[in-house]
Amino acid sequence: MKYLDEYRDGTIAAKLVDEIRRVQTKPSVIMEVCGGQTHSIVKNGIDHLLPSGVELVHGPGCPVCVTPLEMIDKAHAIARLPEVIFCSFGDMLRVPGSDGDLFTIKSQGGDVRVVYSPLDCLKIAQANPEKQIVFFAIGFETTAPANAMLAWQARQSGIRNVSLLVSHVLVPPAIETILSSPMNRVQGFLGPGHVCAVMGYREYEPLARYFHVPIVITGFEPLDILEGVLMVVRQLEEGRAEVENQYSRVLGPDGNAGAKSLVAKVFEITDRKWRGVGTIPRSGYRLRAELADLDAERRFGVAAIDTLEPEICISGKILQGVRKPHDCPAFGTACTPMHPLGATMVSAEGACAAYYAYGRHLEQSTLVAIGGDK
Amino acid sequence: MCLAIPGRVVETFGRDGLLMARVQFGAVVRESCLEYVPQTKVGDYVLVHVGFAISRVDEEEARRTYQALADLDQLSELDAPVVDDGTPRPDWEGESGEVSGRVS
Repeated sequence: MKYLDEYRDGTIAAKLVDEIRRVQTKPSVIMEVCGGQTHSIVKNGIDHLLPSGVELVHGPGCPVCVTPLEMIDKAHAIARLPEVIFCSFGDMLRVPGSDGDLFTIKSQGGDVRVVYSPLDCLKIAQANPEKQIVFFAIGFETTAPANAMLAWQARQSGIRNVSLLVSHVLVPPAIETILSSPMNRVQGFLGPGHVCAVMGYREYEPLARYFHVPIVITGFEPLDILEGVLMVVRQLEEGRAEVENQYSRVLGPDGNAGAKSLVAKVFEITDRKWRGVGTIPRSGYRLRAELADLDAERRFGVAAIDTLEPEICISGKILQGVRKPHDCPAFGTACTPMHPLGATMVSAEGACAAYYAYGRHLEQSTLVAIGGDK
Repeated sequence: MCLAIPGRVVETFGRDGLLMARVQFGAVVRESCLEYVPQTKVGDYVLVHVGFAISRVDEEEARRTYQALADLDQLSELDAPVVDDGTPRPDWEGESGEVSGRVS
């Protein structure tokens, strides 16, 4: 129970854990979808705090992690072009492709820039009219409204030297894939809070009904996660399978109407490949046909690049909750955050990177116990 | 994945037809787009993801979310370089130190 003291309000955490223990009569496997939740769970030791019958498995919700290797290689092929200024969120710079990462390309003279907002690309485009500005538009639904606005504003302002390398993915199709797998172990989900702040949660209701699984939209603070787990466990114990909202202080059922509207004007649903998992039908966005001239894959002729992923890596199984990082022979040895082999090690929100960052790669015997029992 | 950071709107303005704001996150002030929460006023708290406000929250929620993100080292996107209008910033171009601008 040493972890409890570290929580801002240990009393509430202890009550939630006691309540989970009181309610739970049978084992349950619960997946948190969001990488931010994974990070919080591992950092705060929430999985160790729960009764042994409640197992948390870590889902595919890290956009950096699930961007397929071939898309990284496409980004690198474009970033190496002398006429290109390649703009990206900082997380993507150290993701290795088949030959180095964006830092390598920068060190070799490529013009690679970290941006805070996609709109920064418009300023860079106006300041560099002789250059082609390419933005690496990755992300889940939370990021889509920002990336959509870049495309929309580029078109509205007639700025022609901007294009987007789009690798957008969506949460509900990933949940459907996990639940459809014959290997599936997941009985309930903590849904992604900030994704639902944009999208709302009505699209999760058919999933809960069809697969008969509880889905509780949850925040990422330790108390949020404990409360979300309690709500899932209650549903499992009572035989219910509903969408519930733990995070109602931030979001409602319908999300952000303005954001959804612009996303629908700019993007359309398409099949997407997920690193470690493979192609999931209708699981992402691409630019609508009217905006296809903003598509960097077409503008720079890289659409045909296809890359195979390392065979030893089991990140696909980890992303689907079938295996844990420790099950991988490469975890913490051949595969580390500095030399990641696969999806779940490439960003801090990936399950393998989170386990590594908080010492979970060490043998239990080498950990020093602090403060008595447990 | 996709965590948004709460901040306080200190100024609103228009640019290129977009409703914009200067938003304070702790000691850092950054520009954010308010197009998706157009009813926002100075003094309101908003959740901002990669330079776009996606939701409004109350002060208490903003405070605890900010602290939780700080505990998780999830504030580094705020360290991403500032791009000025039309003016290249040689002080950050070519720097290859800290990775910032987290998307997730």
